[in-house]
Amino acid sequence: MTPLERYLVVAALLFGVGLAGALTRRNAILVLAGIELMLTAANLNVVAFWRHGGHGDATAGVMFVLFIIAVAAAETAVGLALIISIYRHRRTTHLDEVDTLKG
Amino acid sequence: MSWIVQQLWLVPALPFLAAGVLALTPRRHRRSAAGLAIGALTASLVLAGGAFAATLGQAGPDGFRAVVNFTWLETGAHAVRLGWVLDPLGAAMLVMVSFVGLLIFIYSVGYMAHDDNFTRFFCFLSLFAGAMLGVVIANSLLLLFICWELVGLASYLLIGFWFQKPEAAAAAKKAFITTRVGDLGLFVGMIWLYSAADTLVFYENGQGCLEQGMVTRLVATTAVAGMTLSTAISLLVLLGAMGKSGQFPLHVWLPDAMEGPTPVSALIHAATMVAAGVFLVARMFPLFAAQPDGATGESPALQAVTWLGAFTAVFAALIAVAQTDIKRILAYSTVSQLGYMFLGLGTGGVAVGMFHLLTHAFFKALLFLGAGSVIHGCHEEQDIRRLGGLRRTMPVTFATYAVGMMALAGVPLLFSGFWSKDEILHAAQGWKPSPWPFYLGVLGAGLTAFYMTRQMIFVFFGPNRTCARTHAAALTPHESPPVMTVPLAFLAICAVVLGFFGTPAWPWLQTYLEARPADLTAFDVSRLFAVGVLGLMVLSTAVVAAGLALGWWLYGRRPITDPAATDALELAQPGLFRLLHGKFHVDELYEATVVRWHAAWATLGELLDRWLWGGVVLLVHGLALGLAWTSRLLDEYVVNGGFDTACRRLVRGGRHMAGLATGKPQSYLRGLAAATAALALLLLWGGCR
Repeated sequence: MTPLERYLVVAALLFGVGLAGALTRRNAILVLAGIELMLTAANLNVVAFWRHGGHGDATAGVMFVLFIIAVAAAETAVGLALIISIYRHRRTTHLDEVDTLKG
Repeated sequence: MSWIVQQLWLVPALPFLAAGVLALTPRRHRRSAAGLAIGALTASLVLAGGAFAATLGQAGPDGFRAVVNFTWLETGAHAVRLGWVLDPLGAAMLVMVSFVGLLIFIYSVGYMAHDDNFTRFFCFLSLFAGAMLGVVIANSLLLLFICWELVGLASYLLIGFWFQKPEAAAAAKKAFITTRVGDLGLFVGMIWLYSAADTLVFYENGQGCLEQGMVTRLVATTAVAGMTLSTAISLLVLLGAMGKSGQFPLHVWLPDAMEGPTPVSALIHAATMVAAGVFLVARMFPLFAAQPDGATGESPALQAVTWLGAFTAVFAALIAVAQTDIKRILAYSTVSQLGYMFLGLGTGGVAVGMFHLLTHAFFKALLFLGAGSVIHGCHEEQDIRRLGGLRRTMPVTFATYAVGMMALAGVPLLFSGFWSKDEILHAAQGWKPSPWPFYLGVLGAGLTAFYMTRQMIFVFFGPNRTCARTHAAALTPHESPPVMTVPLAFLAICAVVLGFFGTPAWPWLQTYLEARPADLTAFDVSRLFAVGVLGLMVLSTAVVAAGLALGWWLYGRRPITDPAATDALELAQPGLFRLLHGKFHVDELYEATVVRWHAAWATLGELLDRWLWGGVVLLVHGLALGLAWTSRLLDEYVVNGGFDTACRRLVRGGRHMAGLATGKPQSYLRGLAAATAALALLLLWGGCR
């Protein structure tokens, strides 16, 4: 069985990629994609800890992950809808140009 | 008590009411305004006639006297009582005032026909009539004083009726202030009387201040410098009477008062108001005449009245000799005749003075209204040198004026002035303390005849000098309308008839006023031929004839043709004429003394005001300003400064904080990431330990 550390490293890398994407991309859709990646890293961690924990026969970890995926999907749908709405108003999805909340 | 006594208050109340309504009447209701004023006064006249009739019957020991008193004001133990009295003195005055007043009201309809302020004029006239009737019926010195001041007010308003003319406004002011000097004396006397007698009611069942008990008490008290209290109060009251009746030295306002409309001069400044002073002395006569027990001769107050009257009678007659304004001559003649009334009061008592007052009211009103008719017909010309020849163009005015002139001059037998003046001279002749008032009276009679002759000749004889001055023939004199000449005729009849009620042969008026025994009332021609009476009549006739003849000799021999010609008297006696023409320079004397003194005080007051009080005010002002500046600086630099700094810092802080909120989600995410990393490091570091 693959040791836990590898899962964690992969998850950490995945999280790092996601974070870098979310922080560096200007396009809102790509930021959203970065966020999804970070979420996936977290899911991976959850599954890995469940698999290496003491209760391998219980399905709680898998169920958690499934729920998270479903909720994340819904969340992404809301996020995309917002982005479309912003695009319709401002003809752009560049986050630098959407700064009406600037103090 | 009869109905008329109870309702006597209506006599003054009706004109007052009319005045009140007229004050609210719009200007355009000219006819109804005149109608209301005349109607109210007619009703007063009817009531006055009723009152007069009531006084004729049922005489008591002191003659008829009925009073109605009521409490007006109560303060603690003191009560001020007012009331009215009906006695022969008041009743005769009531009838005279309302009758003469009514005729003058009617005359005014014609005289003021072209005036814009017709309603205002009748409002003031009604106010005056009400106040004067109030003076006459008052049974309390306080009520009399109230009405007295109202009369003064009405006089002021009417003298200044044409207030656009500066002279009229000044004359009104002068009249008001000069009479106020006298009224101050009356006021002080009134207060003194109240403090001494505790009542101001004249007659009240033996409690009044003019009745035997109270007068005895007042006589028994010594006031100052050996004078009895009654004398002191009488002299103060006399001061008020002097002011109102234009006696020397307070006479200066009366001639100036002629700036008012002529009916006003006739009603107020000749017939009624100026007689109020004489009436006041007559009303308070018991106080004036009061003497301590054992004292003989005349009371000091009455002596003062006599000397004052005698001096003024001659003094004013002398001035009248050299005047050129038709109304001013009559005004000085009024002052002189009022002097006669005082002389009569002082030497002969109430009846003598009042007889002359009543006859004078009629013939002087007649003369003034005649003068008004002349002025009206000659287009406001008042200078007798520029009149003349009106005998032909104004026959009715001439005839009535001649009656008035002869009554005033004292032409014998037919005219009332002769009888009343004779009565005064007769009384003065018998006056014990000094023969001089009598001599002065005789001299005044001669002067009166002289100046009236001069005026008649100037106004009515010779050629008409109006046209010489004016250019248009349209300005020729014209006779006045009937509404003016009919009152003249009435007054002329009265000026003749009234004398017969007081002749020595039938002294009805004297009997009526003084409640003498009835046997004196009967008609008895033989009394005319009593030694003193006949001799005096001859003497006064001679004096009057001399006056008339001198007047004719100086002015009537040659017709006066040139308005600018030197006066005949001036040719004969230039110095004397100038002195008389300048009215003995009394006005100038006042100007140089009283007025200047007053002005000096005013200047002093002004300087004090400007420098002392002004300085104090300026100081306070500066202090307040300094305080205000300090407060402002504190406010601006300390309070506001602190506040502003705090605000500015807050804003700067806010701006810094706002810089954090870039509105870019990724900067927030960056913060989030940094925080997460820090947290992770902290956990790691903590985990290692």
